[in-house]
This record gives sequence, structure tokens and C-alpha cells, in this order.
Amino acid sequence: MRWESWSDFWFMGGYGLYVWGSMGMTAVLLLVEMAQAHLAHRRALALVRAEQSFENP
Amino acid sequence: MTMRWFYYAAPQTFYGLAGRLWPWLAALALALTVAGLWVGFALAPADAQQGEGYRIIFVHVPASWMSMVIYLAMAFWSVLGLTFNTRLSGMMTRALAPTGAIFAFLSLWTGALWGKPMWGTWWVWDARLTSELILFFLYLGYIALTSAIDDVRRADRAGALIAIVGAINVPIIYFSVKWWNTLHQGASVSLTRSPSMAQLMLWGMLLMALAMWVYTLAIVCYRVRTLIIERECHTDWVQALPEVAGAKA
Repeated sequence: MRWESWSDFWFMGGYGLYVWGSMGMTAVLLLVEMAQAHLAHRRALALVRAEQSFENP
Repeated sequence: MTMRWFYYAAPQTFYGLAGRLWPWLAALALALTVAGLWVGFALAPADAQQGEGYRIIFVHVPASWMSMVIYLAMAFWSVLGLTFNTRLSGMMTRALAPTGAIFAFLSLWTGALWGKPMWGTWWVWDARLTSELILFFLYLGYIALTSAIDDVRRADRAGALIAIVGAINVPIIYFSVKWWNTLHQGASVSLTRSPSMAQLMLWGMLLMALAMWVYTLAIVCYRVRTLIIERECHTDWVQALPEVAGAKA
């Protein structure tokens, strides 16, 4: 392990803002993408169900 | 063999295949991310010139690679779609586009955050940065165009043209650091010479690149299933799917 402490780790040798700004944005966007994909899939399934009840009520 | 490819090119069979694949791919992507971050942040040493600031590389380079690879994959599916008129091709292209746009944006974002401390500026109109920005706009253009056209098959064909014509930009991005004098540095990893990085730095970066590859495969498998359901919602096989019927009862 290369870090003295957690604060040393977050400080990142003075580059904390840049390194964590990069990692953070990546994490946020990928999580949003996964959540969005999940919601879209549920919406699509709901669409099929709506279609079914419309065709055979 | 040929028969097999066309067998999986049918949306119905691909739906099942992608459904079986994505959970494994997602688990593998998570494991690779953990391993990559561990090597990158716990094991890899500080850089002689850039100190700890260079660690942005662990997302910047993989995200940039993926932004280019995904665009080429979209062009590949578009060529297939226009030549064989297979239904799956357009759906694959559309499933890839959002992820490609995200990686192109991340490439620019992490590049700006890296440029500021090292070059003293968030942005320059340098050939590498500008061509990557154009790639981001191509993704946005593809998404805007395909969602603006109501007829999905026409939208797919129009989108395929953007994907194919825009693919010329990808080699321009890749070779920009050779062809022009750029502020952006040359390739860190190349097939023709040994990499200009310490072993652990290189391993961290390669693990993260692999993680993003597998993540892309997982999310595309997931998203293409949504598109298949939407487009085939009138067919018997979709109506008979257990995930549809199960919730209804």
C-alpha cells in the first residue's frame, strides 16, 4: 500500500480535485447509464403488457 | 457456420442469448474494475514527472479507446445492416451509441482535468482534442437523428450513414498525434515498441481498459433486449415471454 493514511489518499499528492473529479464523473455517468437502462427495460415490459390487455381485454 | 450467425441475428434468439450473457459480463466487469483500481491506486507507484496526478490515466485512456472502438463497432453493424438488411444491426448500433457518447464525453472531461494541472489549460484546439470533440458530436448527432425519425427502419438507415461516414474520424483521432504537432502526447502503448510506462501503471491501465470493454458488452446486451422488446412488442414470442406474463398474473 502506497498511502500513509486515508487523508493522504484523498489528497492525491495535491491532485485530488483532478483525479477524483475524473473518477467521480466516470462513476456517476456509468451508474446513471445503468439505472437508465434498467428503467427503460421496465418501461418496455410495461408497454408489452399494455399492448396485451388492449388486444384481449 | 454461416447458418449459425444468421440464427443468432434473429432478434428472438439474440434476446435469449443476450439475456444469458449480460449478468456474467456485468460480474466480470465489476471484478476487473476492482482489480484495475487496486493495481492503479494501491500498487502502482507515483510518476517521476507528474506525481500522483498521472492516475487520471486509468480512466482517461480506457475511456478514449472505448469511444473510438464503439464508433467503429457502430459503423460495422451499420454496414451489415445496409448490406443484409438484418433487423438486429440497427438495434445493435442504437444500443451502442449512448455508451459511446458517455465514453467520448469522459475522454474530454478527464482530459480537461488532466490538462489543467499539467499543461496549465483545460482545453486547447489541438488536433487530438478537436477530433475527439467531433467524435462526441457525431454520437450526439446519431442519437438525435435516429430519435427524430419515427419510422424505425428509416431511422436506422439514416443513422447507419452517419455511423459509416463518421468512422473516417476515428483514424484521424488515432493518428492525430503523429500527423500534426499536438500538445497532446503520443501513444502510451503501441504494438510496435515496448510501452513507455512502468509495469504496474501499464497493468492498471490495461485492466481498466478490459473492464470498460466488458462493461460495454454487458450494457449493450442489456440495452439491445429493451430495443428488441419495443420493436417486436406485437409478436407472439414477446407476448409469451415469462417476464411479461409473470407480472401480469
